[in-house]
Amino acid sequence: MTGFTTLLYKEVLRFWKVGFQTLAAPILTAMLYLLIFSHVLEGHVQVYDALPYTAFLVPGLVMMSLLQNAFANSSSSLIQSKVMGSIIFILLPPISNFAFFAAFVLAAVLRGLAVGLGVLLVTVFFAPLQFDQLAWVAAFAVLGGALLGTLGVLAGLWADKFDQLAAFQNFLIMPLTFLSGVFYSIHSLPPFWQQVSRYNPVFYIIDGFRHGFFGMSDVSPWLSLAVVVGCLCALTVAALLLLGRGYKLRV
Amino acid sequence: MSPAIRVSQVTKRYRELVALAGIDLEIGQGEFFGLLGPNGAGKTTLISALAGLVRPDAGRLWVMGHDVQQDYRKARRQLGVVPQEIVFDPFFSVRETLRFQSGYFGIRHNDDWIDEILANLDLTAKADVGMRALSGGMKRRVLVAQALVHRPPVIVLDEPTAGVDVELRQTLWGFIRRLNGEGHTVVLTTHYLEEAENLCGRIAMMKNGRIVALDSTSNLLRRFSAHTLRLRLEGGAPLPALQSARAERQGDHWVIAFEHFSQVERVLAEIRAAGAVVEDMTTAQPDLEDVFVKIMGQEELPS
Ligand SMILES: Nc1ncnc2c1ncn2[C@@H]1O[C@H](COP(=O)(O)OP(=O)(O)O)[C@@H](O)[C@H]1O
Ligand SMILES: [Mg+2]
Repeated sequence: MTGFTTLLYKEVLRFWKVGFQTLAAPILTAMLYLLIFSHVLEGHVQVYDALPYTAFLVPGLVMMSLLQNAFANSSSSLIQSKVMGSIIFILLPPISNFAFFAAFVLAAVLRGLAVGLGVLLVTVFFAPLQFDQLAWVAAFAVLGGALLGTLGVLAGLWADKFDQLAAFQNFLIMPLTFLSGVFYSIHSLPPFWQQVSRYNPVFYIIDGFRHGFFGMSDVSPWLSLAVVVGCLCALTVAALLLLGRGYKLRV
Repeated sequence: MSPAIRVSQVTKRYRELVALAGIDLEIGQGEFFGLLGPNGAGKTTLISALAGLVRPDAGRLWVMGHDVQQDYRKARRQLGVVPQEIVFDPFFSVRETLRFQSGYFGIRHNDDWIDEILANLDLTAKADVGMRALSGGMKRRVLVAQALVHRPPVIVLDEPTAGVDVELRQTLWGFIRRLNGEGHTVVLTTHYLEEAENLCGRIAMMKNGRIVALDSTSNLLRRFSAHTLRLRLEGGAPLPALQSARAERQGDHWVIAFEHFSQVERVLAEIRAAGAVVEDMTTAQPDLEDVFVKIMGQEELPS
């Protein structure tokens, strides 16, 4: 257990020490999105009845920041220690694969939550904060962070170089998060793209998360929960299998 | 009592390249053991297999009786490895680095031992300095410290003195010798053969993924190297035929190998009896470099 808690603490300290870059910067980015999109689109886009666009936008932005930072944390920590060689410090000790995995994912969740919370606090200046069911908010925040943190572990294991990781981020993570209904309700999309969105797991994370705020969503939060938990289980199994085989770590 | 290290039939290939070609090796508890060989011989690969960083294609390895694959938790607890490459985590200070390393091994409050290691490696003044700000030699010391946080009974150092100043070498070997004296098994690779000769009780020499010589240091020296007497006779005269030793010509000098100093007396007597006069004479000790060159120059030993 000490091995796990130490690795978790180390991973948290790692992003905390460079918080300007890992926490403040993404919060600022989200604020800029909010500023611009809400200013340009408020009054032009009707999403749910009687819900101002800016208020609709807030949960999506919070979740997008949370997810991107959760992914960034585990993936960049892994690739960095692989490239620098310092990964051996955690390969030499008797840390189990599960503890290894859980520490990286949990640290990713914590970074995601910190950024998400920061964004949420900033948005208070733009739209009144409202919660319908806090339990859904918390559940999707943690599960979404865990899902992307796990994806980050997979990407960090797979990538040998920083540019491979950047490709993963640009060609998978960004499209998945942008095309998930952060900025719109998928009901405002043409039927074809509505259908495509339903294959995007991030759509369910954001939709379920939004349900916690407004009690309204495109699909049932229970369906979203099932999809997210299903994906998380699948990716967890994949990550543990790779770790068990020592994929790219123990050659 | 199980051996500190046991390696059985270990092979490892990287595509066509055979990095380890069937290694068998046993190192007893408390030994100070040297693993020598030219670059690319497979030393680091063998150490990595022992540490679980490399998975052998075949064969098994044990540390203090624990299989490094099946019983990896126990095996890793018994082993401290100083890696060949200087690696570090730039985010943390020396003390943080060592506390984390302790934690990874399941040790919570380790500051007393950490302080002792720091003092022994002359690192105390750098304890709170960030890793990024340390010189190469200092980073190397931290790597040694990291390998020792969990007081491993078996310590493996992979070229710990490569490119390191004399001062660190002395501090390091002082400390490692002390640990060896307290019962820790030490395995060392180095290119400084003098170092190995002074420190190691037993030596394995590797070449192309095989162990080509394995013996106590004194036996190796005796078998492959000798005391030599180097002399020149007056007027560059040829050496009379000797009964008591073999000689070979080097320029206008003669190099005569002998094992015991009592032989020198006889050699000189024979020369005198033949009417020759010694004009210049020096003696040389056997050394490991000699052994190394001879063994590496040999064709592969029959297996
Ligand atoms: N990851 C790797 N991929 C391919 N070849 C490798 C790898 N690691 C080591 N080798 C090769 O295996 C051989 C043994 O290397 P190594 O164990 O580092 O030798 P030594 O430590 O004795 O210098 C070398 O020819 C080296 O190039
Ligand atoms: Mg090497």
